[in-house]
Amino acid sequence: MTALPPFQTILDEHSAAVMAILQGAVGRDSADDCFQETFLAALRAYPKLGDASNLRGWLLTIAHRKAIDHHRARGRAPIPVAEVREVAVEDGIPEHDPGLWAAVGALPPKQRAAVALRYGSDLPHGEIAAALGCSPEAARRSLHEGLKRLRKELA
Amino acid sequence: MSTATEKSIEKLKMRAAAEGLLDVAYTTADSPFGPLLLAKTERGLVRVGLPNQDADELLVDLAARVSPRVLEAPKELDEVRRELDLYFEGKLDRFDLPLDWRLSGGFRQRVLRAIDRIPYGQTRSYTEMARKAGNERAVRAAGTACGSNPIPLVVPCHRVLRTGGALGGYGGGLPMKEGLLELEGVLDGKRKP
Repeated sequence: MTALPPFQTILDEHSAAVMAILQGAVGRDSADDCFQETFLAALRAYPKLGDASNLRGWLLTIAHRKAIDHHRARGRAPIPVAEVREVAVEDGIPEHDPGLWAAVGALPPKQRAAVALRYGSDLPHGEIAAALGCSPEAARRSLHEGLKRLRKELA
Repeated sequence: MSTATEKSIEKLKMRAAAEGLLDVAYTTADSPFGPLLLAKTERGLVRVGLPNQDADELLVDLAARVSPRVLEAPKELDEVRRELDLYFEGKLDRFDLPLDWRLSGGFRQRVLRAIDRIPYGQTRSYTEMARKAGNERAVRAAGTACGSNPIPLVVPCHRVLRTGGALGGYGGGLPMKEGLLELEGVLDGKRKP
């Protein structure tokens, strides 16, 4: 088991990446809120984290969840409109399937982060690799393995 | 790092402190002997790193032995820094800081608590410290306790000398021990060990 480094090290090494991803996911105005939520959640959980081998993936997974929370909260807030449409809107953000996300949450850390970053934050492979601190090839492999496992779990 | 991220980090540290998530706050401070590492918990000052000690190693050690929630938070150590500055200017002869003793246990802690009561400008021998800690014959162990003092300067292990007045050892190096004793007026500055 790798010993947990001082949390300051994590801030020094990964805060810029977390901020960049959140700015991409929720926009500049809301990025700070999600940043606070991400790191406070990380601090709360940190002493009990069993595995320090992929801190970046762990952190980005939390950031991703906070970005989803943010979108959900906004989705629930009523949007003032001049006229109520009578036809249901077919496109837009699809309803999140709790069963699917639970299965994603159960994936090993690297696969979970790769899937979340690809389909949740809509990042291209190159950026997922940068976020996870691995090669694009390894990111692609984690994503592939994660999807294979999800298909099997949910079949 | 962008200014936006820096601001967010400042805010995060304030919120972490407010929510009780800042288990170990640290900063570095200047001294006439070089940079010091200062670290505190909610109980008090837990670690002072001397200039010749590796600050990164001390932080890794704190993460393992106290809590991995270690964050650089200079404001949390304002009072410690203020008292140390006054001490180095010769304007403070008694620290009034809460201490967290958890890094030393048993006999070592008893030795260090005895050292904590040695007044400014006075010295004691390792033998006296061993006796005060309850075992007069454990002189060597008393010496080890001094050497492993996690809160040097504030817990003044530099005031402990060999019987007969030889300097003994110091974690920060002997020139620093001499310098501190000169500052406190114990050595006249010309004496060589």
